[in-house]
Amino acid sequence: MKADIAFGQYYEGNSFLHRLDPRWKILFVIFYIVIIFLAKNIFSFALLILSAIFLTLISRIPLRTILRGLRPLVFIIFFTAIINIFWLKGDTVLVDWWIIHIYLEGLINALLIVVRVVILVAGTSILLTYTTTPIALTDGLERLLSPLAKIHLPVHEFSMMMTIALRFIPTLVEETEKIMNAQKARGADFSTGSLVRRAKALIPILIPLFISAFRRAEELATAMECRCYTGGKGRTRMNILHSSWRDVAALLALCALCAGVVLLNIFAPGYALAL
Amino acid sequence: MDTGNNTAKESEKQMSTIMKAEHISYSYPGDEEDRPVEALRDVSFSVEEGEFVAILGHNGCGKSTLAKILCMILQPGEGKLYIDGEDMTRDDITEEDINKGRRKVGMVFQNPDNQLVATIVEEDVAFGPENLGLAPEKIRRRVDWALETVGMTKYARHATHRLSGGQKQRVAIAGAIAMRRKCIIFDESTAMLDPHGRKEVMDTISRLNREEGITVIHITHYMNEATMADRVLVMQGGGIIMEGKPTEVFSRAQELWDAGLDVPQTTELLWYVRQAGYDVALDIFDPAACAAEIARVLKGTAHGRDNT
Ligand SMILES: Nc1ncnc2c1ncn2[C@@H]1O[C@H](COP(=O)(O)OP(=O)(O)O)[C@@H](O)[C@H]1O
Ligand SMILES: [Mg+2]
Repeated sequence: MKADIAFGQYYEGNSFLHRLDPRWKILFVIFYIVIIFLAKNIFSFALLILSAIFLTLISRIPLRTILRGLRPLVFIIFFTAIINIFWLKGDTVLVDWWIIHIYLEGLINALLIVVRVVILVAGTSILLTYTTTPIALTDGLERLLSPLAKIHLPVHEFSMMMTIALRFIPTLVEETEKIMNAQKARGADFSTGSLVRRAKALIPILIPLFISAFRRAEELATAMECRCYTGGKGRTRMNILHSSWRDVAALLALCALCAGVVLLNIFAPGYALAL
Repeated sequence: MDTGNNTAKESEKQMSTIMKAEHISYSYPGDEEDRPVEALRDVSFSVEEGEFVAILGHNGCGKSTLAKILCMILQPGEGKLYIDGEDMTRDDITEEDINKGRRKVGMVFQNPDNQLVATIVEEDVAFGPENLGLAPEKIRRRVDWALETVGMTKYARHATHRLSGGQKQRVAIAGAIAMRRKCIIFDESTAMLDPHGRKEVMDTISRLNREEGITVIHITHYMNEATMADRVLVMQGGGIIMEGKPTEVFSRAQELWDAGLDVPQTTELLWYVRQAGYDVALDIFDPAACAAEIARVLKGTAHGRDNT
């Protein structure tokens, strides 16, 4: 099945994480990222790994789904690992052959960096994108930023833009496919020839797409006007976001994790990250 | 003064004319060199509360322009428009007054994709009530009621773009009635649907009209949809050329054909039967009743004719 932007990576569920207030979740993710970058040695990293395992378990998302989400990162992970293994110098030599020198420090450093990248991506997607719909995210962001509207930043307009974009991207993707198929049926060729040729072949797709997008925008504006839309002023919302004990619990857990990482950094001696 | 105003409004309510257009004309401003395009010329009619009115007309005859004027998206160049007794074309009308009018009259458009705002069904239905600034619990009640009324409760948490055309239009209808409107204009809302979706939407429209008492103005190309209406308006070249009950209007088949329109298939068939010299009624829209009518005249004349 086609990837569905409306739900993004959203994994339907009703877990503890799914039920957190999206406003808090956005803050939690930022906090979690900070904690990930605070970790400096193998003991604090071990604690991080435990936290990621814990997140995976309470999200009730199959491990397979999460690993699949990491697949696009394989190249980056591989690359950073190689660089660290071969370029970092240390005291304990493991391999010393021809021009290849591998040190234990380099190996551990590579390992820690790989762990950091994996937890960064897996952790944030479990906390946020797997367990929150893009709509809830947009909503949470609008309300988090709503104080900024007081200094005349267009917070509502931004969020309306996001909402409409989320609503229309699938429609436009579908339309692009339709136009491409129509052009292919007339003998258009999008996959062979030089780059210039292929770019040229896209023009007959982009022009009808743009024309139709503008028509859609005009019709949508009329429809919104008909539905009494006059901007953010005086507008209320059906769904109010509620913070609950879950958000408090999650906040406390993150604070504890942060304290643990900092303490382990200071008091547990071990191989420290060089980068 | 206050009481005087109130009694005036009361008496208009009793007549319960929801919409009244008097000598409305409209021209689109053309491009710099072009002359303005005249889209409506001297259109007058009125719609009673609870009525089901169909508007027929060839492409480009001004139906959508009229619909947009009735929804106060466009201001008529000349003429008067009264919504629920209120003059919407007076000189000193404010943005707020127009919005008040829009709370009474809504519109469902042709393209189901271009009128849904939100990704999730119930959030789209909530869009209108949210714009009215209602309390969250009230919005929730209205959304639930609207979805129930169009039979889409099951899909409340679904993504709008995954629905079929007919379902999308039903969501759009729910969005329009969630504002508790008295009148809804359908501008060719069935034109882009397959037969199944068309039936879905027409069933919903006629249920709204019968059970919820919502006034319906239905613009369409499908003659059989027009036969469901209480009254049919036929437009040509920016004006109304015929008006009456469906049976009256479709009996004038020749005039409709001259206006570039069709008549219901049953009427067309009966018209040819009549041309062949049989005395049949033209105002029958049900296929079975039509067959019965033809059988009646054929049987009646069978004795007088040779079997060929
Ligand atoms: N935005 C516009 N600008 C200029 N002319 C328009 C515009 N919209 C419609 N028209 C013209 O106004 C006339 C009536 O159009 P419309 O009301 O859309 O007809 P209908 O809905 O019956 O097909 C047509 O001649 C059309 O070309
Ligand atoms: Mg039209």
